Amino acid sequence: MDSSSNEKVVLRAEDVRRALVRVAHEIVERNPGPRAPVLIGIHRRGAFLAQRLQAQLEDLLDAEVPLGDLDIGFYRDDLQRRPDAPVVHASHIDFDVAGRTVVIVDDVLFTGRTVRAAIEALFDYGRPARVQLAVLADRGHRELPIRPDYVGKNLPTSRDEHVHVRMSELDGTDEVTIEAAPEGGAAVQTATVEAPA
Amino acid sequence: MNHLISIEDLDREEIERIVAQAARFAEVSDREIKEVPALRGRTVLNLFYEASTRTRSSFELAAKRLSATVVNFAAGGSSVEKGESLKDTVLTLGAYKPDAIVLRTPWAGAAELVSKWCPAAIVNAGDGKHEHPTQALLDVYTLQKRLGGIDGASIWIVGDVAHSRVARSNIIAFQKLGARVTVAGPPTLIPRGIEALGCEVRFTLEELPKADVVYALRMQHERMNESFLPSLREYAAWYQINGRRLGPRQVLMHPGPVNRGVELSGEVVDSPQAVITAQVEAGVVVRMAVLYELLAGAREPLPDPTRPGRPGHPANPGQPGRQGQPDRPENVKQLA
Repeated sequence: MDSSSNEKVVLRAEDVRRALVRVAHEIVERNPGPRAPVLIGIHRRGAFLAQRLQAQLEDLLDAEVPLGDLDIGFYRDDLQRRPDAPVVHASHIDFDVAGRTVVIVDDVLFTGRTVRAAIEALFDYGRPARVQLAVLADRGHRELPIRPDYVGKNLPTSRDEHVHVRMSELDGTDEVTIEAAPEGGAAVQTATVEAPA
Repeated sequence: MNHLISIEDLDREEIERIVAQAARFAEVSDREIKEVPALRGRTVLNLFYEASTRTRSSFELAAKRLSATVVNFAAGGSSVEKGESLKDTVLTLGAYKPDAIVLRTPWAGAAELVSKWCPAAIVNAGDGKHEHPTQALLDVYTLQKRLGGIDGASIWIVGDVAHSRVARSNIIAFQKLGARVTVAGPPTLIPRGIEALGCEVRFTLEELPKADVVYALRMQHERMNESFLPSLREYAAWYQINGRRLGPRQVLMHPGPVNRGVELSGEVVDSPQAVITAQVEAGVVVRMAVLYELLAGAREPLPDPTRPGRPGHPANPGQPGRQGQPDRPENVKQLA
C-alpha cells in the first residue's frame, strides 16, 4: 500500500483495537436484556469489523452472538445514475432477525446513504425489534437523519478529503487515514472510501 | 453490454462475470421478502412469438425479484394474429417505453433486427434456430456449480443439433470457457459444416463414455417439417441416453422440456447424474444477472457528456446504430 505523502494516519492498529473494545463494552451496556444483540456488518470492511466485535462480545457476554453480513448494492439510491451497475456481493444472514436487536456495523459513516440502504435491506430479512448503528469512524457531513449509536472515533473532515480504513484481513494492516484532496482533482481511491452512496 | 443477442458477443471474462454475479444473486430467494429494489422503476417487456413456459416465467420472476415492472405480450391472441408485422408490434409496444424487451421468435436474426428499431435493451430469449444465449449462460452456471469449473471438460451434445438454438449457443459458450465439445447424432440432424464452430462430430455414441458431461437435446418435433428420421423408436434405439449409456460419474443435462422415452429414458431423468432441475433453478438467477447487467446503471444519457447514452439511441443522433441502418421492408414473413 502506497502511503502517499498527503495521507495522515489518525488511528493506528492499537487505536483501532482499543476503539473496538470500547464499542463492544458500550453495546453490552446498552443492551442488558437476556438475548444478545446480533451483528450485521456492511460489506466489505464493516463485515470484518463486525467479526471482530463478535469475538469481543462473545467474551464479554459468554454467549453466542449471531453474525451476518450485508451487501447494499441492490438498495443504493444512485443505481440509476451510476454509469455502470455496481458489483453485488452475496449477503449472509443465516438467522432470523425478527424480534432481535440488530447492530449494523460499518467502517465510515459519511452521508448516511449507505446506512439507509442497509436498513432497507435488513427489513427484507424480517422485522427487527431495534436497529442500532456502530461505526469505526464518523466523519460528519450527513445528508440524511441518521446518527450512530456507537462511534470508534469522531473524525472532523472537510467534504473533499478522503477517509481510508485499512484492515489487516484485506489490506495487511489496521489503520485509518485522512487523505487531503489533491489540488485540482479528485483523490485517488485506494482502499475503501465511503463514496457518497 | 447494451443487448444480449448472441453468446458470440460475449468474451470469456464477460460470461464469467455474469455467472459469478448470478451466484451472488441466489441468496435473494432465501429471504423473507424475495425482492430487492435494484430495478425499481424499470419496465421489462416479454414479447413471445413462440410457446414457452420456463423461459418466459423465469424471465418474469427474475425481473420481479429485482422489482422491475413486467409486461407480458404473447403473440397468440394479440394483434399479431391479425397480421401486424414484427416491426409494427415493436414500435407500438415501444410507446410503453420498455427499458428491456425479452424477445422469443421463430425467426433467426429477429432479436438483432429489433435492437435497431427501438432504444430498449434487447434480450434474445431464442430466435429460431439461431441462438438462445441465456440458456447457454445458465448451463455454464449449472456446470460450474457441479464441476467447480469447466476448463478442459469434455462435453457431448447429443441429438437434434440441426434444429437447436441451444446447441449453437452452448457450443460457443462451452468452448469459450475452455471445454472440448463434441456433437453427436444422426447425420440428418447434424448440420453440415458445424465443425467450423470448433467442435468435433460423431455419428454414434461409441465414444460417449469419454465424456464428462452429456448434454441431451430435445427432439424438436414442432420444427421438423420433413422427415429426418425413420421413426422416433429408431432414434431412441441409437441415440437415447439411458441407464446403459450414461456412466455413474457423468453429468446429464437437458434444456427441457424432456420427451421421456425419446432422447432420455425415464430412469436417467430422475438419476443423481441429472442436473435438469438445477438448470431450471439457475434460469432465474442467471436471468436476474443479465437484466441487472443491462438495466442497472444509467441508461438515459446523463447531463454529463463523458457518459454518452447507448449508440443508436434517438437522443444520440450522429452515433452509429439505428440511424445508420438502411430502411428495409419489415414484414415478419421476410424474416421467416
